[in-house]
Amino acid sequence: MTLFIEQCLNGLQFGLLLFLLAAGLTLVFGIMDLVNLAHGSLYMIGAYFAATFAAWTGSFVLGAVLALLATLLVGMAVEVIAMRRLYGRDHLDHVLGTFGLILFFNELVRLIWGAQGLPLPLPSWLNTPVHLLPGFTYSAYRLAIIIVTLAVAAGLYFVVMRTRIGMLIRAGASNREMVGALGVNIKLLYTLVFGLGAALAGLAGLMQAPILTVQIGMGENILILAFVITVIGGIGSIRGALVAALFVGFIDTLGRAFFPDLLRMMLSRDAASTLAPALSSMLIYLLMAIVLVVKPEGLFSAGGK
Amino acid sequence: MRSKLSFRNIVTAALLIALALLPVYVQFAHAPFLLTLFTRIVILAMAAVSLNLILGFGGMMSFGHAAYLGIGGYAVGILAFEGVSSGFVQWPAALAASALFALVIGALSLRTRGVYFIMITLAFAQMAYYIVSGIARYGGDDGLTIYKRSQFVAPINLSNKVQFYYICLALLFASIYLVWRLVNSRFGLVIQGARSNDARMRAIGFPTYRYKLTAFVIAGTMCGLAGALLANHTDFVSPSVMYWTRSGDLIIMVVLGGMGSAAGPVFGAVALLVLEEALSGITEYWQIILGPLLLLVVLFARGGIDGLLAQVGAKGEAKARHG
Repeated sequence: MTLFIEQCLNGLQFGLLLFLLAAGLTLVFGIMDLVNLAHGSLYMIGAYFAATFAAWTGSFVLGAVLALLATLLVGMAVEVIAMRRLYGRDHLDHVLGTFGLILFFNELVRLIWGAQGLPLPLPSWLNTPVHLLPGFTYSAYRLAIIIVTLAVAAGLYFVVMRTRIGMLIRAGASNREMVGALGVNIKLLYTLVFGLGAALAGLAGLMQAPILTVQIGMGENILILAFVITVIGGIGSIRGALVAALFVGFIDTLGRAFFPDLLRMMLSRDAASTLAPALSSMLIYLLMAIVLVVKPEGLFSAGGK
Repeated sequence: MRSKLSFRNIVTAALLIALALLPVYVQFAHAPFLLTLFTRIVILAMAAVSLNLILGFGGMMSFGHAAYLGIGGYAVGILAFEGVSSGFVQWPAALAASALFALVIGALSLRTRGVYFIMITLAFAQMAYYIVSGIARYGGDDGLTIYKRSQFVAPINLSNKVQFYYICLALLFASIYLVWRLVNSRFGLVIQGARSNDARMRAIGFPTYRYKLTAFVIAGTMCGLAGALLANHTDFVSPSVMYWTRSGDLIIMVVLGGMGSAAGPVFGAVALLVLEEALSGITEYWQIILGPLLLLVVLFARGGIDGLLAQVGAKGEAKARHG
């Protein structure tokens, strides 16, 4: 039972982390109509910055904050230098151009930090388990991720739905020419939105870093999951991204934890241990296929995009 | 299509003839590595030609085309591992497996359009990647070595490098011809019509979904054959042949070569792989050059090499007419 609760919390944590990534992706797509494959690179860069700054300053939190700001700046620079020229183009152009950026960033990281991964050690106050219930302990760090991501999600909701900037963002999503014609500096708005997406990806990367290692290509596998989430949730919908991210987080985590045992009950031991790893990595794609059959536009599609 | 002897057609023919004469050059120049490199180029060109059928002519932006390379390869690899080395079994199995995979993911993915289609094909290809990575019996992540190439009847011997090159080249020519015939048939006109305006095609009575699905399956099957060739070429198959960046490479070949003609992707495959070879000779960090280069191609040379040739040809014709 405690194992089950623990895995549920892990699923929640992973889902919320995925949400940060998918929210940036879906925000950039919804507002700029831009397919950004390089989103995973920003995730990777956030993690590398955090490892470097944490080693310099000797403080995990200070390193994380600096890394977040640096990723925001990198994101805005990428928007000004490259992305801006891709708006209004074919989606195929977006795919190719941002694919080029992935190659560039992976190689740049290898040039600067080397091919070996970096460690991002946790401070001791985050590295101790906490007692949640009598007789049930949980990793303090994972709990911290859950709290931070929930706070960020709430903050994001507040910014998008309750502030002037958020109003402009929503207006830009539904009709950008009109917003530009009304005198809003749409270029600056786009740069800000892209920077925000980059910072969200960077935050996800630096928080995941202590659990896995910081390495080249770390953003690519998780990017595919973020794509699956945006497809399930409906492109352009932040609410959809949240719901789908939680779904994917739970199914992936619980599937990996309990599916092999389930399979072992039904099949012979040998067959189960051969099939289990392959099948449990298939579960979320199966979920995606089912959603597609039922609602091809995703669960919460933002209009007729 | 006006003049058969346009500049662009002449250059295309010259490239294909050069590919056919390559082994002669290799013989004289004693450069066997060139033959290996170009066998690879020819095989990947075939994959790119198949992708162009759906991407260029059908307007379906599949980002999972490398999956068929892996499926075709694993069909050969798994059968060889289980002791069946006859090419008469292996190759049809490769074709059938890729056709089946294309049918299933095509039927699901084609329910969507645009960005959804890109992401979904990508996700399904990654699913295939994770599945083969998880099967320990066939090597998992480490891949599967093929100790014996596909066996055919007496004069055909795939272990002979020159002969294998010519077999690959013949199959490349056959796939270009097939795509050219398809594109200029009624079927091809329907899928091109669906690319320009799907709703209108449906309104005049074409069930475009079925047409597109058929094109999707044909393209996947052709690429599966390329996968079987690739596995024979490297004597090895691993999940990395179907990693998503490989699908990206195939898209680059198609766009770089030009989507307007059946043979265009061959230019792209030659250009990309020769460029990779040349850049990796200059620096270990060659992708740092290739990445921005791609961005520049996207921004400034959208028609690809084929489009460039057509432009040069059109200019020359105009000059001839006025001067």
